[in-house]
Amino acid sequence: MMNAQLTAIETAARVRSGDMTAVEALAQSQAAVTARDADVRAFLHLTDDRAAEQADRVDAQVAQGQDPGPLAGVPIAIKDNMCTRGAPTTCSSKMLEGWKPPYDATVVSRLEAAGALVVGKTNLDEFAMGSSTENSAFGPTRNPHDLTRVPGGSSGGSAAAVAAGFVPLSLGSDTGGSIRQPAALCGVVGFKPTYGAVSRYGLIAFASSLDQIGPFASTVADAALCFDTIGGHDPRDATSIPSAIPSAAAALGNGVAGKRIGIIDELMGEGIDDDVRARVEQAAAALADAGATVERVSVPATIYGLAAYYLIAPAEASSNLARYDGVRYGQRVDGVNVEEMNAATRTAGFGDEVKRRIMLGTYALSSGYYDAYYGKAQRVRTLIANEFAQAYSSFDLLMSPTSPSTAFELGAKSDPMSLYMCDVCTIPSNLVGHPALSVPFGVGDDGLPVGVQLLAPLLGDDELFAAGQVLEDANPTDATASGSEIRGEVRP
Amino acid sequence: MSELPDGWEMVIGLEVHVELATQTKLFCPCANAFGDEPNTNICPTCLGLPGSLPVPNAQAIDYAMTLGHALGCTVAGSVFARKNYFYPDMPKDYQTTQYEHPTNENGSITLGDGTVIGVERAHIEEDTGKSTHLGGGGRIHDATATLVDYNRAGVPLVEVVSRPEMRSADQARAYVSELRDILLATGVSDARMEEGSMRVDANVSVRPVGSDELRTRCELKNINSMRSLGRAINYEARRHVDLYESGQSPNQQTRHWDEDGGRSTPGRSKEDADDYRYFACPDLPPLVPTDEEMQAIRAGLPVLPAARRQALADATGIEAGQAVLAVERGLDALAIAAVRAGAPGDVVIKHVDQNLSDGAGQLDGPMLAKLVGLEVSGALSATQVKTVLGELVASGGDPADVAASMGFEAMDSSELATLLDQLIADNPDEWQRFTEGDTKVQGFFVGQIMKATQGKADGKIVNQLMKERSSG
Amino acid sequence: MSERITRDEVAHVGQLARLVITDDELTMFTEQLGAVLDTASDLAALDLSGVEPMAQPCALTNVTRPDVIEPSLGRDEVLAMAPAAQDGRFRVPPALGEA
Ligand SMILES: [Zn+2]
Repeated sequence: MMNAQLTAIETAARVRSGDMTAVEALAQSQAAVTARDADVRAFLHLTDDRAAEQADRVDAQVAQGQDPGPLAGVPIAIKDNMCTRGAPTTCSSKMLEGWKPPYDATVVSRLEAAGALVVGKTNLDEFAMGSSTENSAFGPTRNPHDLTRVPGGSSGGSAAAVAAGFVPLSLGSDTGGSIRQPAALCGVVGFKPTYGAVSRYGLIAFASSLDQIGPFASTVADAALCFDTIGGHDPRDATSIPSAIPSAAAALGNGVAGKRIGIIDELMGEGIDDDVRARVEQAAAALADAGATVERVSVPATIYGLAAYYLIAPAEASSNLARYDGVRYGQRVDGVNVEEMNAATRTAGFGDEVKRRIMLGTYALSSGYYDAYYGKAQRVRTLIANEFAQAYSSFDLLMSPTSPSTAFELGAKSDPMSLYMCDVCTIPSNLVGHPALSVPFGVGDDGLPVGVQLLAPLLGDDELFAAGQVLEDANPTDATASGSEIRGEVRP
Repeated sequence: MSELPDGWEMVIGLEVHVELATQTKLFCPCANAFGDEPNTNICPTCLGLPGSLPVPNAQAIDYAMTLGHALGCTVAGSVFARKNYFYPDMPKDYQTTQYEHPTNENGSITLGDGTVIGVERAHIEEDTGKSTHLGGGGRIHDATATLVDYNRAGVPLVEVVSRPEMRSADQARAYVSELRDILLATGVSDARMEEGSMRVDANVSVRPVGSDELRTRCELKNINSMRSLGRAINYEARRHVDLYESGQSPNQQTRHWDEDGGRSTPGRSKEDADDYRYFACPDLPPLVPTDEEMQAIRAGLPVLPAARRQALADATGIEAGQAVLAVERGLDALAIAAVRAGAPGDVVIKHVDQNLSDGAGQLDGPMLAKLVGLEVSGALSATQVKTVLGELVASGGDPADVAASMGFEAMDSSELATLLDQLIADNPDEWQRFTEGDTKVQGFFVGQIMKATQGKADGKIVNQLMKERSSG
Repeated sequence: MSERITRDEVAHVGQLARLVITDDELTMFTEQLGAVLDTASDLAALDLSGVEPMAQPCALTNVTRPDVIEPSLGRDEVLAMAPAAQDGRFRVPPALGEA
C-alpha cells in the first residue's frame, strides 16, 4: 500500500505537467490517513478545507498555464507547534486547546506559496519537550514500523506521517534532536538546518537559541527541495541569516569523493547500542567506498552537551512559556485574583514534563545559581563550538549515530533522565547552531530503522545533502518504504 | 515647600521613563500612538502570541543613542535582556529591557544653577499595556476585575536612571525639567508628563546632614506632574524623618503617590525581593553601534540647553544661572543678537525674562538693542519701553519710529550731532579736556544734551558721536 | 537522594513560575530536578575561565527594521481568542500590586 506513495518531487512533477491534479494528490494522502492514522495517530487536526482550497488554486494555476510552484500539489504535514491561521495550533498542550492563531508561520506561507497542500497538524511532545511523543496531552503517536514502539520525538507525529506514507513531506522542529531522532526511529530523512537558515517566525518557542524548523522526507532529494523552499532570510525573525543560504538541491549528486569525514569518538562509545554502532561503521565504509576519507576524531566537549542543554533549554523555556497565563488566549482556570488565576491556569494547562522543565529553568536562572548553572552552560556552548571548529579544520563533515538505540517501546522510559539520554548525539549541533542530517541506514537487531547522523559546520547544509544521498544510495535496507515491508536486515 | 527639620537631608534618585517619539513600537510595526481606541494597535508580537518574534526598530535605537550622547553618556554596544515576572499588562510575562549591557552609561545632567547630577544609565526597554481596575471606587486593592489594553505594550522607552545625587525636591524638579528640555531639543520624545510619555519614579531616603550613608529608600510611583513630584518627595522625606525621630525606620518598598490625599500609600513590598531571572534575550542579536552611526548622531545633535545657557552667559556677561528662562523660551539667540548690536546684557535678559513670556514675535535682536539704547539713554521711560516692546513683538518696525508714532519722541542722530557741535563750540575748554582723555567731562556733555532734549536723546549715540569727533 | 535542590527551593521555584505544586509533586520534582542537576554538576569540573558565554549561535549584530507602521490585527478577532473581554479590553480577575 505504502509503496505506491510518490515522492514530493514526483508528485510536483506530475501536478505541474498535468498528469495528476492537486486534488487527486490530496485525495490519495487523505485516503492513506483515513486508512491508518487511527492506529498511528500522527495527526492532531486535519485541515481538509484549507488543503482543498489550496489544491483547487494549484489546479487552476496549472490549467491557466501559470507556474504553481516547485511543490505544486504536494501534501505536507505541519508539526502542531507552528502557527496556521484559523486552524488549531496546540503544541499538544491543553493550554492551547482550541486556540486558532490569527497568523501563519513564515514556513507555512512559503510552503503554500510554493504550491504545497497543508493537510494537517501533527502530534508532538507537549511544547516539543520530549523524545518519544508520549508527552502529548492528546495521547501518544505510534511508530508506523511497530505500533508498540514510540516514533521518537518531539516531532514524532511528523516523522510518523512520512514513515506511514500519509504525506511525502512534513515539517518538524529540532531543539535538541527533535527532528533527527524521530527521523532515525521512523526510518525517514530528517534535517536540522543551520540556526537562522529557516525563519522561526510562527514557530512556538521552546528554547529560542536552539529551535530550528526542518523537513522530514522519504528521500534526501525531497528534504533538499523542502529546505530550499522554507529557508532563506525573513525580516520577521531577527536571528534569520541575511545572506543567501546555499541551495541544497543544487548540491545533490555531488557525492563525497575527496571529502574528509570524521566519526566522532565520544558518540560511538558507552551508551550507544552495538547494532546502532555497527550501522554507523557500515555507513562510514559506504562513504569511503564513494571516495571519502573517513577517520575517527575526538570532540571531547560533546560529552558535556547533554548537561549544558538541560540547563539552557529549560531556562529559555521557563521564560518562553511564561506567557501562558490565561489572560489573552488559550485556556483559563479562574481565580479570585489574577495571580491565582495565572497559577491555576498553568497548573491545569501544563503536563508534568513541561512543569519539570519550567521549574528547572526557573531555578537555573534564579539569583545565586545563574553563574553556576546557566552561565556555565553558555560557556560550554563556546567550548563545544571551539572544539568543532578544531575538528572542521581537518574534516569537511562529521558523523555519528543519530540516536543511541532504535525505537523503544511505549512507556519504556518513564524516568526523565533516561529519556533525556536519547538526545546525547543530537544536542551538540543545536548548542552550536550547526546543521545535521539524519539518514536511514539499515536496521537494528530488532529489525527497526537506524539513522546515521551527518554533521557540518555553519552553513554547510548543502554538503550534508550530497553526502546524505550517498548513504541513501548505499542503504542496505529500504526502510523508508513502509511500516510493514522492511526487508531483511543486513549484518556487516 | 516644606523643609526637613534641622540636621536631616534628602537623598533623591530619579528613574524617568521616556517614551520615544517613533512611528512604531520597539519590536513590532504597530503604531506608537497615544489615545487610540483600546486594543487597536496590536499584532502577534506585542500581544505576545505564541510563535511571534521581536525585531528592533532602528529609529528607537537611534533615538536612544541620541539621548545618550546628549547626556554625555558612554554609548556602547548593548544586549537586550529578559526581565521575568508575571503581570497581566505585560504580554509575554517578561519585559525586554537592557540589563548588563545598556546602550548608555555614565552621563550627567547639568541643572540651570550649574549643579551636575550623575546619570547612571539610560537603557532601552519596552512599555507595558494599560490596566484599568474596575470597581472599588478606583482603588486598586478593592477592584473586582482588571481590564487590559495592549496599545501601549511594546512602545519604546528609555529609562534614564540618575545617581542618588539630588538633595531637595526643587533640585529633583529642576532635573526633570532639564531632562525634558533635552528631550524636546533632540526630538527624542514629546516628554508630556500628563500623557505619560515622561513618567517619573522617585527613590527617596533621608540621612543626617554630613553623613554619606544611603539609608533605606522608598520608590514613589504614580507621580503625574511636576507639582506632584515636589509634593511627593517632600512628603516622603518628612515621613522618613518622622519615623527615624520616633525610633522607627522605613521599610524598603514601592509607594503610591496619592495626589488628592497629599500622601504616599504602601504598594508592593520589596522584602521578598523579586528574582527577575535576567538573561540575554535569545531572539535579539546584540547592538553594536558603528563609528559611522555614532558620528552621524553626534553631528545631528542640536546645541543643548546647558551649552546654550553658557553661550548666552558668555555673550552677555550674566551668570549661566540667570540664562535659564531665556534658553527655556528659546530667546537666547535673540538675546545674543541684541547684545552683539550693542545692548547691555543685563538689560536684554531683564526684557527676555520679564516682558517676553509669550515669545519674541516680530521682534529681532537689532530692534531690541535699539530699544534698549533708547531706554538706557533715558529717551524712553520704563513704561514707554514696555509699550513699544509690545508693539515690536506684535508688528516689528524701527523702535524709534514706533516710539514716535506713539508720541514718545526720540531724537535722531543728525539732530543730536547738530546739538553736540553747538555744545563743543560753546565749551571749548571742556572739549579740549575730553579729547585729552578726561572721561569725567563726558557726563557733562551727555547731561547737557539730555537737558536740551528733555531726555529724549539716546545716550549711547551721544557717546558715539563724541568719540567720532574727538578722534576725527 | 540528591542534595542539589531542596523541597523549599522547589516550592519557591514553583511560586516564581506560577505553578501550584502539591506535596506529592514536591517530592517527585525535588528528586527529578536533583537528578538533572547532578548531571549538570559535570560542568562544575570544567575550567571555563577565558571562555565567553554563547547566548546565540548566530553571530549577527544590529538587526533592525525600519520605523514603518503596518496594520493592526482586528480587535474583534483578537478579543474572540480571549478567555474574557469587556469594553474592547481583555478582562482578568483583579490584579493586585504593581507591575
Ligand atoms: Zn505589535
